[in-house]
Amino acid sequence: MEIVLGPYEYVVWLACTLLEIAVLVCAFKKDALRRYILLNVYMAASVLVSIARYNILSHYGFTSKEYLYFYYYSDSLLTIALYFALVSLYSHIFADLKAERYIRLGTVLLLSGTALFSYAVVQQFSSKLVTHFVVELSQNLYFVGLVLTYILWAAVLKMRETRTRLIQLVLSMGVYFSLFAANFALQNLYQSRGAFFEVLTPLFGCFLPLSWAYTFWQVPEEARTVPSQLAVVPR
Amino acid sequence: MMAGVIFIFSAAALLQFFISYCRSLIAASSKQALSAEVKDVTGIQRIASGDDFQRVMQLLQLCPERPEDRNSVQAIGAYFRLLNFLRSTVAKFVPSMQDWTESERGHCAYFAAVALERRISFSRDMLAQQMDA
Repeated sequence: MEIVLGPYEYVVWLACTLLEIAVLVCAFKKDALRRYILLNVYMAASVLVSIARYNILSHYGFTSKEYLYFYYYSDSLLTIALYFALVSLYSHIFADLKAERYIRLGTVLLLSGTALFSYAVVQQFSSKLVTHFVVELSQNLYFVGLVLTYILWAAVLKMRETRTRLIQLVLSMGVYFSLFAANFALQNLYQSRGAFFEVLTPLFGCFLPLSWAYTFWQVPEEARTVPSQLAVVPR
Repeated sequence: MMAGVIFIFSAAALLQFFISYCRSLIAASSKQALSAEVKDVTGIQRIASGDDFQRVMQLLQLCPERPEDRNSVQAIGAYFRLLNFLRSTVAKFVPSMQDWTESERGHCAYFAAVALERRISFSRDMLAQQMDA
């Protein structure tokens, strides 16, 4: 039996792509395109990948090898782009400390380390080395991104960062990564109800473009917030 | 076992980020003063109470929706429900939590009042555009 995407998947897919375009439009309108260039590059890449995936899907079908390969390879590239977008938020937070060079060095080292670890994992038991490497790298980099976001939020609180727009971008990353991690864990805990959690996954994917579009549109660059008021545990 | 650990950790992190995110939305609106008209309609003079929230939300639903604030209003609605849940469970045993949830509920009501103010001016702009046309 051939698996096909239903109206729900198509609607969420379309909504997500439109929201990604909205992020770019909002950033352009509010003069945030260059300031948050890597975030916007990630969104632009997501839009292109969405369109390309749709093209391949409509030509070859959901279960085709072409779609499968394109999906995983593009996902890996998008994860790397998201990783760099996240690191660019580090650059914004630590801009006053002139730590740009160290952040760049740390970024490359961490990415190389993750790639090496992923290679070490797959080379022991994989015949399709490159494909499995791409999938493994994507998963591991997601995990690294999750941990980096938590560290970044701790840094925001510690350094008493006040830029509301930056704070909201970091928080939305935190919600996004946590949603995916919780969903992944629930999928493993309740494998019999995997279909339910699979329905949620694309919906969660819409959160990041939605919150970024909101932030760029509604929160001016000059807006300030006292971050200690945002912490759940009062500081 | 590992999936359980990941779930607990990520759920706790999600809660932390979600609360902080909602508070950042509220913080942006708390600096905005309400017009005399909205104060009259909502009954909120300076400090909003958590009990005002439902009433203000009902008023909010009477106004035409602004696409820009639809999601933030929904997020605050979810946050308010979470606060109500905490108030009726954990806060019963932790007195400081009672004050905290009450103040947060008040902030949610104020956020809703600010959203109401924006929707009223949005409706006025739409009406003015129609009259001009």
